[in-house]
Amino acid sequence: MNLVIVDYKAGNVQSVLFALERLGVQATISCDFETIKAADKVIFPGVGEASSAMAQLKARNLDKLLPTLEQPFFGVCLGMQLLCEHSEENDTETLGIIPEKVLRFQTDLKVPHMGWNQLHHLQTPLFEGLQEQEYVYFVHSYYVPVGPHTIAQASYPEPFSAALQYKNFYAAQFHPEKSGPAGAQILKNFLAL
Amino acid sequence: MLTKRIIPCLDIKNGRTVKGVRFENIRDAGDPVELAAWYAEQGADELVFLDITATNEERKTFAALVRDIARHIDIPFTVGGGIGAVADVEVLLQNGADKVSVNSSAIRNPQLVEELANRFGSQCVTVAIDTKYTEATGWKVYARAGTVETEHATVDWARRVTDLGAGEILLTSMNNDGTKAGFALDITGEVARAVTVPVIASGGAGNMQHFADVLQQANADAALAASLFHFRELEVPVLKSFLKEQGIDVRV
Repeated sequence: MNLVIVDYKAGNVQSVLFALERLGVQATISCDFETIKAADKVIFPGVGEASSAMAQLKARNLDKLLPTLEQPFFGVCLGMQLLCEHSEENDTETLGIIPEKVLRFQTDLKVPHMGWNQLHHLQTPLFEGLQEQEYVYFVHSYYVPVGPHTIAQASYPEPFSAALQYKNFYAAQFHPEKSGPAGAQILKNFLAL
Repeated sequence: MLTKRIIPCLDIKNGRTVKGVRFENIRDAGDPVELAAWYAEQGADELVFLDITATNEERKTFAALVRDIARHIDIPFTVGGGIGAVADVEVLLQNGADKVSVNSSAIRNPQLVEELANRFGSQCVTVAIDTKYTEATGWKVYARAGTVETEHATVDWARRVTDLGAGEILLTSMNNDGTKAGFALDITGEVARAVTVPVIASGGAGNMQHFADVLQQANADAALAASLFHFRELEVPVLKSFLKEQGIDVRV
């Protein structure tokens, strides 16, 4: 399998690569248009700030490429938020692949939402073999509300989208690469899609 | 429900784990990668690695160690010690660290916090604060591994670095560190109330009740300890079961 991790200088690329290595899977790290286009599967990690990440994508013309991809695609954390239409983080127009919007947490609780929280309402084969209430690791200040494309929820304190799916585009707000055995299972499930 | 985090801290010198008692008296507690993997398996929620080496050559060793840690463990970890510039952070994050912690360099140059937050995002910027109470000064921030008193009152400094973009505060009470007499509940509670970001309490853990106290009474989001875990005086699963019985949300 030709697995490509998109490197646009805004990603926790190394952590994702290591997590795949622990599953015995080799991946290519690339920001090259043709390499990504030719992949069997694409993982799109991301940490950091939305507008600078979008600038990095645009500089590589990836904002044009990613929406056209048809292979199984997995956005992680900021990678998930960038798949949506718009982010309140610096009022950023994002890739517009998944018809959802990214909002800032408005809560008395601590922001960023940082640490291990439970998943519920699990849907799709991405969560095959996982139990409801499984713990995964989150760290984020912006969120996608629960909507028609939500395939897992978490609460802080209100329910929000812990994962999304739209056509071939899967995405997780949490970090499967940092979520112990549960996270490893989710990555394995994505590879089996 | 977001759970409270239990965080073993590993002090690293020359690629080995050490623990200073009251920042002195260093003892060797093992191989960091092995110890880290063991903690991850035991249910630690995160790990912190502090590089206490001095020379640039040794720092290169630390970056290699960070990579080795990232390769082997599947929970988040923070690295700190001697980070003075954006370029230092870039190396550590590229090697697989999830967060960095800055301490003296933020005191020297507070703008560093802002630069790091803008460049890498607040979520990976932890500001570590060493604080000490004396009757004359109240709770003051100390720099350079707790050796130099600064002009900053602790709560003000915590607010300031948060405004600059810190995503988390790691608060160590020097009065409590190494005593095993419990965390500093008063200053931890004050800081936790004063800032909108998570606060990790550090210094003074001696038994399980100490963790319950700081997480409940002082409302810390996480609690950190070192020697208590390294010398297996307390094991993470036992601690977490205890906390759960006390009605504290933890991942078990």
